[in-house]
Amino acid sequence: MLSLVQNPRVLRLPNLHKIPLKCLHASPTPSPAAASISSAQPTSQILTIRKSLLAGETTAVETAKSYLGRLRRTEPDLKSFLYVSSDEAVLKQAEEIDRKIGNGEQLGPLAGVLVAVKDNICTADMPSTAGSKILEYYRPPYDATCVKKLRENGAIIVGKTNMDEFGMGSTTEGSAYQVTANPWDLTRVPGGSSGGSAAAVSARQCVVSLGSDTGGSVRQPASFCGVVGLKPTYGRVSRYGLVAYASSLDVIGCLGSSVADTGIFLQAISGHDKFDSTSSKQVIPDFTSQFTSVDDMESKPLRGLRVGVIRETLEDGVDSTVVSSLQYAASHLEDLGCTISEVSFPSFSLGLPAYYILASSESSSNLARYDGVRFGNQISVDGLSSLYGNSRAQGFGAEVKLRILMGTYALSAGYYDAYYKRAQQVRTLVQEGFKAALDENDILISPAAPSVAYKIDEKKNDPLAMYAGDIMTVNVNLAGLPALVLPCGFAEGGSSGLPIGVQMIGAAFDEEKLLRIGHVFEQTLKDLSFVPPLIANNF
Amino acid sequence: MGSAQTQTATQEKQQSAQLKASPQTQLKKVDELLKDYEAVIGIETHVQLNTLTKAFCSCPYNYGAQPNTSICPVCMGLPGALPVLNSKVIECAVKVGLALNCKLSLNSKFDRKQYFYPDLPKGYQISQFDVPIATSGYIDVDLPVEFGGGHRKFGVTRVHMEEDAGKLLHTGTGSYSQVDLNRAGVPLLEIVSEPDMRTGIEAAEYAAELQRLVRYLGVSNGNMQEGSLRCDVNISIRPIGQQEFGTKVEIKNLNSFSSVGRAIDYEISRQVLLHSQGQADQIVQETRLWEEGAQKTTTMRKKEGLSDYRYFPEPDLPGISITEEYVDDIRNSLPELPEMKRRRYEKMGLSMQDVLFLTNDISVAEFFDATIADGADIKLAANWIMGDIAAYLKNEKLSISEIKLTPQELGELISSIKGETISGKIGKEILFELMAKGGTVKGLIEEKDLVQITDPSEIEKMVDKVLVDNPDQLAKYLSGKTRLQGYFAGQVMKESKGKANPKLLNQILQQKLDAKK
Ligand SMILES: [Zn+2]
Repeated sequence: MLSLVQNPRVLRLPNLHKIPLKCLHASPTPSPAAASISSAQPTSQILTIRKSLLAGETTAVETAKSYLGRLRRTEPDLKSFLYVSSDEAVLKQAEEIDRKIGNGEQLGPLAGVLVAVKDNICTADMPSTAGSKILEYYRPPYDATCVKKLRENGAIIVGKTNMDEFGMGSTTEGSAYQVTANPWDLTRVPGGSSGGSAAAVSARQCVVSLGSDTGGSVRQPASFCGVVGLKPTYGRVSRYGLVAYASSLDVIGCLGSSVADTGIFLQAISGHDKFDSTSSKQVIPDFTSQFTSVDDMESKPLRGLRVGVIRETLEDGVDSTVVSSLQYAASHLEDLGCTISEVSFPSFSLGLPAYYILASSESSSNLARYDGVRFGNQISVDGLSSLYGNSRAQGFGAEVKLRILMGTYALSAGYYDAYYKRAQQVRTLVQEGFKAALDENDILISPAAPSVAYKIDEKKNDPLAMYAGDIMTVNVNLAGLPALVLPCGFAEGGSSGLPIGVQMIGAAFDEEKLLRIGHVFEQTLKDLSFVPPLIANNF
Repeated sequence: MGSAQTQTATQEKQQSAQLKASPQTQLKKVDELLKDYEAVIGIETHVQLNTLTKAFCSCPYNYGAQPNTSICPVCMGLPGALPVLNSKVIECAVKVGLALNCKLSLNSKFDRKQYFYPDLPKGYQISQFDVPIATSGYIDVDLPVEFGGGHRKFGVTRVHMEEDAGKLLHTGTGSYSQVDLNRAGVPLLEIVSEPDMRTGIEAAEYAAELQRLVRYLGVSNGNMQEGSLRCDVNISIRPIGQQEFGTKVEIKNLNSFSSVGRAIDYEISRQVLLHSQGQADQIVQETRLWEEGAQKTTTMRKKEGLSDYRYFPEPDLPGISITEEYVDDIRNSLPELPEMKRRRYEKMGLSMQDVLFLTNDISVAEFFDATIADGADIKLAANWIMGDIAAYLKNEKLSISEIKLTPQELGELISSIKGETISGKIGKEILFELMAKGGTVKGLIEEKDLVQITDPSEIEKMVDKVLVDNPDQLAKYLSGKTRLQGYFAGQVMKESKGKANPKLLNQILQQKLDAKK
């Protein structure tokens, strides 16, 4: 049951937001049809592939063909990719891995793993448009550091995933090219901005994918698509090659179908990079050491860990099914041996406006380079200022223009103190709030989004409603902390229910603990399967 | 160097007035008017640092390279590329800050200065805004002797680090422009002076002293023609006695110290004339361009209000933290700076003219110092360097570090003459050989058998021979043509192949001739 520990510094309530405690042990909300298809616990696709490759049970070529086949079959419905590698290019890399296996050569940890990369991460052999018309056909002359590391680890990059233009959006409706569908219900959004990456993993079009998270862009789509999304600590992964949206908030993140996959994936891309002076020199622990089999776990594997539930994330405006899923997650953690308490976070609601001011301000600066002089569309005009004006007017979408205007305004002389500077002060408050809460708790939990995936077009013309959806995630970016989102329940909707994710927030550079707790949580969560109906029959 | 340029600066004062009004009366009138006004001048200088690589990437920079041959994703501002600070830039900034007697900020940061221009690939310049690396310093300047001399101390408001922009290349047809990004990202120091200067000469000397300083420090080649040192001048005038400043005008495109001086003098005349004619409202806040051909300033752009650069802290770079120890290490490694050198030379008894000449170029000053370090006569060393050596350098278009003569050999030469091993004339001859081909003084003297003949009996023999060989001249001499003594001396010198000690030669010749009388 709930812990009644009181702490003078961190206000805790004995009851979780007035939800009747018996709810906590009620069976997990609507019983999804998908659950009956398979009740097996999520397994690491990366480890499975490696095992069968090394055992000679399959080949890299066969594995690649199976993913490519599914990708080709589902892509017309999903539209998760802006660019897909040719079969030849993928199979050639797979053959090379098979050759290495045949020769008994050393294999990289991601050998034969098909990876999708969000389109705002630079790849030298594929276009990188960041979902924008202004970068249409743009091919960078270099690989982002994380892409380079993936290749060195043996991964095969299968394509570039759809996203809201420059990461500005929560649905992929902001993409200049296409809207991605949610694999659980094709009439719904996959979330965003890394919606393409989340949908691709959910539909098993690839094994794992790279996303980027400025205000929740990995975590919210992970929640909407029923996959695991890991936003590392700011500085854990090099940003070199990530098309900047808001530099002080942008983080490259991992999406996978199991906690272990995101952990193994993170291991491959982490570390200081001499090309990114904001990347950290912190030692990288072995994230993969803790993914033990459920059979080897003791009865209370998370005994002694303190989990704080952020009260403000369960207040008005949050769907009741989301709240009850979170309660269910809390009780599951308690069953695993954790001590649960409630944490109040007074500056929580201030984070959202502060985030939008800071992110818009930085974006207004970061996007200044798309001026029609060097990239994409150069509109032919007489003068310099109309070259800029027309090229940008035609190259950027509405949401991007809106944020550039907001950011330009916030940084203008006379407004700087009222907006940018004030927002930075709020950022400090948020950081202090997290610090206090994490001094008392090992992790904090909250929903990953206030709702499940909504309908395409539902919020398209209501930016404020869309911004409000970021309330659960933006504070984590302001504080630069790591957070893991993993599926924990379902809400009614679609043919088989819509997934709901729980967000676990850890202390800076303590991804290890998040992965450990997440893994145990996932491996012990009974009777839920997060394979979408779209592919459930042939996966 | 400074003196030659400031000379033209004053000559230009008259010319500029002539441009406005050709009649002599008008010219006189302007000169008369100038007496009632005071100019207030401040200078913003950009110094390009000669680090091996650019400020935020590993591209080298070579002036004059083929366009866009020294670029990378970072300095091209490609999506996803990030700046990484070259730590040499901080080292250079600290050196300059210390040399300018500034207060250093141990914790500073970079900011983004935002504006659109095609030579600015990112749409912002990485610069420093509210916390520059160095503030509140000053620079000491000695004005050229020809213009009354005098020592000045000009305040330095701030020194900050930033990156250079690329260059626009305009095509002949003018229908389009091309962008060369070789220069984009090259580190600059912006040095802002207090509005402490009052004349073109003062401003030109301030700029020249900055050039000396960065060259002494070895942080920049300070070349104005190549744009490694660029000066923008702010200038206003006010009637003498008035406290408030007048309207400030900025002048750009100053490619030499002389143009700094001349542009300022032109601009002072222009503003004074307007002010005195009741047209002070026509002096507006604007940027004017110095036109070297026409020798005048023209409006480039009017400033409507302050431009808003929307500065904010650069999120891609961590804050800059330096320690006291780091600063102390740099302070201890600083070379002797121009001002210290000038004061030291002055104490050694050299004239201000000599002092300014010798300290103007660090390599000359170092040559001089090395020459006298072994005990060479100070005045003689200065004279050799400023005379025959300087003339040779000018003729051959060489710098002192390019010639084969070493300071040790110059010292040897000086002491050989002083010690009468060789004559001054021979000294001069072998000096040219030493400069062109190298070698040692001792070696050349031996090789060419140039040791001065100081043995009286040997000179006596030669005198006797000359007198015997020239009976006619001797007869004439004895009959009263005493001027022929010079002729005999020349003949003896010739006989000795120039090696006879002249003093001894004349003494002996005199005795011999007297004896003949
Ligand atoms: Zn470069």
